[in-house]
Amino acid sequence: MTYLELDRVGKQFGAQTVVDDFSLAVRKGEFISFLGPSGCGKTTTLQMIAGFLDPSRGAIRLEGKDLTAVHPARRGLGIVFQSYALFPHMTAAENVAFGLEMKKVPRGERAERVRAALAMVGLSGYEERYPRRMSGGQQQRVALARALVIRPSVLLLDEPLSNLDAKLREEMQIELRQIQRTLGTTTVLVTHDQNEAMSLSDRIVVMSQGRIEQIGTPQETYERPASAFVSQFLGKTNEFAATVDRGSASARLVAGAWSAPAPPGVAGPVTISIRPERIGFSDTGLAAKVVIRIFQGNHWLFQCESECGPAIVIRQNDGQVQPAEGDAVRLAWRPDDMSLRGGGAR
Amino acid sequence: MSTADMAPANAVVSAEPRNARAPWALAAPAVMLFAGVLVIPLAMTVMLSFHDWGQYKGIEPVFILKNWREIATDPYYAEMFWRTFRIALLTTLITAVLGAPEAYILNRMSGRWRSIFLLLILGPLLISVVARTLGWALLFGGNNGVVNKLLMSLGLIATPLRFMFTETGMVVALAHVMMPFMVLSVWAALQRLDPQIENAALSLGAGPLTILRRIIMPQIMPGVLSGAIIVFSLSASAFATPAIIGGRRLKVAATLAYDEFLNTLNWPLGAAVAVLLLVALVLIVVGSNALIERRYAEVFR
Repeated sequence: MTYLELDRVGKQFGAQTVVDDFSLAVRKGEFISFLGPSGCGKTTTLQMIAGFLDPSRGAIRLEGKDLTAVHPARRGLGIVFQSYALFPHMTAAENVAFGLEMKKVPRGERAERVRAALAMVGLSGYEERYPRRMSGGQQQRVALARALVIRPSVLLLDEPLSNLDAKLREEMQIELRQIQRTLGTTTVLVTHDQNEAMSLSDRIVVMSQGRIEQIGTPQETYERPASAFVSQFLGKTNEFAATVDRGSASARLVAGAWSAPAPPGVAGPVTISIRPERIGFSDTGLAAKVVIRIFQGNHWLFQCESECGPAIVIRQNDGQVQPAEGDAVRLAWRPDDMSLRGGGAR
Repeated sequence: MSTADMAPANAVVSAEPRNARAPWALAAPAVMLFAGVLVIPLAMTVMLSFHDWGQYKGIEPVFILKNWREIATDPYYAEMFWRTFRIALLTTLITAVLGAPEAYILNRMSGRWRSIFLLLILGPLLISVVARTLGWALLFGGNNGVVNKLLMSLGLIATPLRFMFTETGMVVALAHVMMPFMVLSVWAALQRLDPQIENAALSLGAGPLTILRRIIMPQIMPGVLSGAIIVFSLSASAFATPAIIGGRRLKVAATLAYDEFLNTLNWPLGAAVAVLLLVALVLIVVGSNALIERRYAEVFR
């Protein structure tokens, strides 16, 4: 059941197309992320949903009704901005109460809902604080409470965590997900951080240059990337040029010293795409040399120079002896773990 | 910084334990300049205000309260000081009421238009204050002045307004001269505004008027008030504009002090007027600044 629908939405600034042919159906209660590098049109799309920008083409519908015809002040959406955009001359409680005041909620109910909203984000006792006297994380929570207290039909988050340090960001991610699950608010998150998108969302919309590259669950987009852009943007990936050798009885896919039976329908030169954590060191396979070895606590990162170009390998720190810098190694992987592009493969 | 650059500073410091005399030595040129051009003349002016003066004997370096008593008792001076501060206050109000919206509109303009209009607003600062005021004198000039003709042909007034040698004319000309200070001050406050803050209020259901009144106004108030302090103190001590528009007929503190010094040659009385203007202005500015800082301390620290 579609709740929020974007139907072939496009946005034009002069001659420049910022968003093109954007279609998406969001279910009620779903957590969707728009993921992409800066300038990919994700924030523009969010602003069109919010009503700060009008789409040049296409329609945006909420529960089947045209949303673009509704004034932004009456859309009833909750928005958390990257800069939080708190009102600095109002206390935390006054900030949260503002939206309720605009909706003419009676004073008694207003106070109760403000208290509950601040408690939900863990800020009980901070009612009378001014934003300038709060930490970034606390300001972020006030902004979230302010957006949620009006019981929005859709919660829009514009890079809400990008101004927090790494540890706090991780905490807030978990908290955000919990709050969203409890309230069941349909949520759209804009982010350039693939980890954030993957850990928070039900589905990710990967965007590049104003176009949708792929829509899918975090697992789908990571493991079955629809394009080279997606595979490179979502995590690290290795790419090796390979050829199909039809010399023997069964056709084989060959990349340097590595080879495997060629999948049916594959002909000519292809590109193998393989995640670094799916490559193992073995006795046979692609010949390579470890250039740099980096210890990262729970795993090792190897930067290798292989016969098919640079390669990254990630190995769990499971107590096994790992190759040292300068060692000659052989890289191998299961054919199921790779994806192929070009040469008739997709 | 290379070691060669450090050498002179080190020479002073190394002889003494650090921090001892170096800061004083380094500040000495500025302190000497400050003392020479400000503190000493000011002290001499204060002393001068206690000296005696007579038509034939000139200035007598004695300590008497004659000038101060005259200022305190003669209602002429009280009226003149009230006029000075009334004009300054009216000018401040007009610049605030017109300048704040002007700055807001300027801030919302797109790049190219903004630079053109910023130049227009700053324009008055590029022209000599005397030339600007004489321009107003031409516009006002008697019953056939351009302003009066325009207002009458628009049907706004039936008989010509008197601008020259009136407080109205002075306030109008001063407001024009002071406008850039107010606009720049408010504009600086607007620049500190979060660019998303209006959208945040909009998304919470606030209309444009509510956004202006509840969100924008409170945040630019410190800018308006600091602009008001600048405009008020500059207007109260302005000389050229009151001298040309008000002339001898309508004196303010600055023109009175000037006349006492250069026409009557009663330097001690002129000094007393000047010192009183300075003290009153310092009290008003410091006082209102303290009030503003207390009022907005929590929010804008």
